[in-house]
Amino acid sequence: MDGEVLTEQETALYDRQIRVWGVDTQRRLSKAHILVCGMKGTVAEFCKNIVLAGVSSLTLVDDRVATEEAISANFLIPPDENAYGGKTLAELCCDSLKDFNPMVRVSVEKGDISSFGGDFFDNYDVVVASCCSLATKKSINEKCRKLSKHIAFYTVDCRDSCGEIFVDLQHHRYSKKKLDENIKCQLQYPSIEEAISVPWRALPRKVTKLYFAMRVMERFEEVEGRNPGDVLSADLPGILKLKKELCEANSLNESHVPDKLLERLVMGTREFPPVCAIIGGILGQEVIKAISGKGEPLKNFFFFDAMDGKGIIEDISNPESGS
Amino acid sequence: MDTIEVSNLNRQFLFRQSHVGQSKAKVAREAVLKFRPHIKITPYHANVKDPDFNVDFFKQFNVVLNGLDNLDARRHVNRLCLAAEVPLVESGTTGFLGQVTVHVKGRTECYECQPKPAPKTYPVCTITSTPSKFVHCIVWAKDLLFAKLFGDKNQENDLNVHSTDAASSSEQAEDAFERRKDEDIEQYGRRIYDHVFGYNIEVALSNEETWKNRNRPRPVYSRDVMLNGLAQQNGNIFGATDDPSSVSAMASLGMKNPQDIWSLMENSRIFLEAFKLFFVKREKEFGNLTFDKDDQLAVEFVTAAANIRASSFGIPLHSLFEAKGIAGNIVHAVATTNAIIAGLIVIEAIKVLQNDTNNYRMTYCLEHPTRKMLLMPVEPFEPNKSCYVCSETPLTLEINTHRAKLRDFAEKIVKAKLGMYFPLIMHGSALLYEVGDDLDEDMVANYAANLEKVLCELPSPITSGTTITVEDLKQELTCNINIKHREEFDEEKEPDGMLLSGWTQSSSVEKDDNKSIDNGGSTSNASQTVPVDSEKNDEMGSVSSGKKRKLSEVPDAAAQDFSSVADSDGSRNHKKLELVDDDDDLLMLDADPGINKKKRLQ
Repeated sequence: MDGEVLTEQETALYDRQIRVWGVDTQRRLSKAHILVCGMKGTVAEFCKNIVLAGVSSLTLVDDRVATEEAISANFLIPPDENAYGGKTLAELCCDSLKDFNPMVRVSVEKGDISSFGGDFFDNYDVVVASCCSLATKKSINEKCRKLSKHIAFYTVDCRDSCGEIFVDLQHHRYSKKKLDENIKCQLQYPSIEEAISVPWRALPRKVTKLYFAMRVMERFEEVEGRNPGDVLSADLPGILKLKKELCEANSLNESHVPDKLLERLVMGTREFPPVCAIIGGILGQEVIKAISGKGEPLKNFFFFDAMDGKGIIEDISNPESGS
Repeated sequence: MDTIEVSNLNRQFLFRQSHVGQSKAKVAREAVLKFRPHIKITPYHANVKDPDFNVDFFKQFNVVLNGLDNLDARRHVNRLCLAAEVPLVESGTTGFLGQVTVHVKGRTECYECQPKPAPKTYPVCTITSTPSKFVHCIVWAKDLLFAKLFGDKNQENDLNVHSTDAASSSEQAEDAFERRKDEDIEQYGRRIYDHVFGYNIEVALSNEETWKNRNRPRPVYSRDVMLNGLAQQNGNIFGATDDPSSVSAMASLGMKNPQDIWSLMENSRIFLEAFKLFFVKREKEFGNLTFDKDDQLAVEFVTAAANIRASSFGIPLHSLFEAKGIAGNIVHAVATTNAIIAGLIVIEAIKVLQNDTNNYRMTYCLEHPTRKMLLMPVEPFEPNKSCYVCSETPLTLEINTHRAKLRDFAEKIVKAKLGMYFPLIMHGSALLYEVGDDLDEDMVANYAANLEKVLCELPSPITSGTTITVEDLKQELTCNINIKHREEFDEEKEPDGMLLSGWTQSSSVEKDDNKSIDNGGSTSNASQTVPVDSEKNDEMGSVSSGKKRKLSEVPDAAAQDFSSVADSDGSRNHKKLELVDDDDDLLMLDADPGINKKKRLQ
């Protein structure tokens, strides 16, 4: 790493976090470019964290016009219709985020992210996709993987009081502390397509039920052509039926995807702010780890359910390809 | 009561640069109202230990959420919540670790059911004569040298205490620290340097006994270390701004990087330059100065002094950045962990408000997963039946009732151990001592007299078998203490001459000795019951600039080793930990039995 010293301003502002992760990590953060799409509550929390951490730039994509529902769990957007009326979620969040750290460049990119090409994504070190259809997630992930640069790819979604993070760091080298030494390690990550196509019966027995439930919701939206999160209580019977079909097709006992859990995910249309904070915090930490190359990143799913309070890592990958 | 500082802004996101210096409570309120305008928020820019915040005050609330940074305040609020019967959600974070705990009177442990370690203290002689860790050098530089030179002259100071020839050395010490008439500032500085780093070491070396099993320190003299070109190096002291807070030895000497580990020579230059700058620019403050981690010149001085001493004793040197953290008891903190813990606090608070009593839990945020979990929920424990705070179980005190005075009892037990600041001490119906504003002169005189009496000679004598009752009206806490007379106490193990039992507070004194000095800090944000795997701390790069150094140097209670909660056993003296785990263990319906035998991926 080059021998630049942090500026006095950076040293003063970042003192407490430099004591956690060191100057080298702080320097790497200051050169990192982050792209984020889908500005709901959880992503807002993540953006706040990554801006405070001191990245070089943050680009927001979300052309949806603000509505009361859309901003209900988004603390970056003041609930004053006179203020937010007519503006897009990205624009509103951008204005707020700039305030958190004047040293970070925050901007908006307009357009449909699924139409952006590889050279667009090449500008970034980290891409976070939220409020996207499965098809869009796969497409962005593929484009990132085709580039020679190693882009860290994440998806994040919260439904009701549950949250899910997916991580794809491709081939990731990192160092971690073991006793008093720094040891070099590496991990191999599957793409999102590869991960979710691992047959359910091939997964370890105790994989969290939330994984399966999220896949059911995802599949329902795909089949019905719905926008992400666009599910009503009237859909519940259809979703339960789909669950049955998927379990059968996967030779999985239905009890692995409890009806009650699906019901919660269907009925809980709004995000739950404390879960946004928790998921946004975990995601923030993971992105910082990926940028710094220090510390073992989680592989490759993280789940949180406020009902049982567990924050669980699940490794959903094909046993043949491994690190 | 805190005001906003620049170093808060990396995580306390309700605050902006323009708010630095303002009240946290007031600014936080304004910031929250921006995105939730209809909440009623009342800010109090005050200390939660103020008597205004009494039991009646706490009774107004359905739930109390703590975000405190010291043990005293937490214990205080714990007691008030118990007295007011209001559930308390406690929490803490340090770096990547954190936890949230719920405390409901009668249902769960109170915050003090599991004793929390007090801040680390060090025996005096370790600091004055036989340092073995860098933190010992810091404490010496901060609480002895800095205090002696720039602080209250009337304060007792242990500098120069130990030598074979006590009388003459103390005489010399008096002279040594006083500036001689018309003495040149540079010369004065070098003289002090030579005295503390040279002469005092020689004196210590002359005591053979001390060094029998220890590495002998090397005396350091300025003439051996310094360049004579120092005088030419000094830049800007005349001409630079007169603002005392911007005066800096590093700036003056052109040393820019606080992460650098300076050589002995560089440390010496900083020492002498900082010394000079204090005298030239800040003499007005002498007699009143206490070390402040945000005082750049003070930090430079203490860093340099600690490093020179460390060099003498063969202890690794540290950068200013590291030294500042140790001297200032700085808690390392990031926005992400705080966000996670904040979310968890709200989840518990909502349960309290909904009276969802069966679902309260403690949640631990781990740096490394345990059983796949980064966030680990745990069932709360039942109240500890021997907790003197919530179960009002009597304690036992072994003490020499013929020798110990009431004052000793009041200071060492009531205040220091029990954390009561407005106590009433009674024997049966006889009121032996109390603190209050509305006492009449006679009573005050009576209490003062009592303090000086030996226990068995009090108007209502305290002897073996007596029960003393101590009450704190503010905390609404009553504690009964059964007295057992004991003649002898081990000077090393029981330096206070008293032994309180029935309640275990783990003391953090490194090696017991007659007296102890602490680093002046209170505990950090993180609680002491955070579980960690064997590999704790610091995965994301060490704090130091490349050299490997354990964070155990930090006298911060939160950096100590803890036993893993998930595997706790007899270290807890009551109910075993129950993980909240409601997974149904149903078998998968599968055709191929071979599939289940697949190996877990690394």
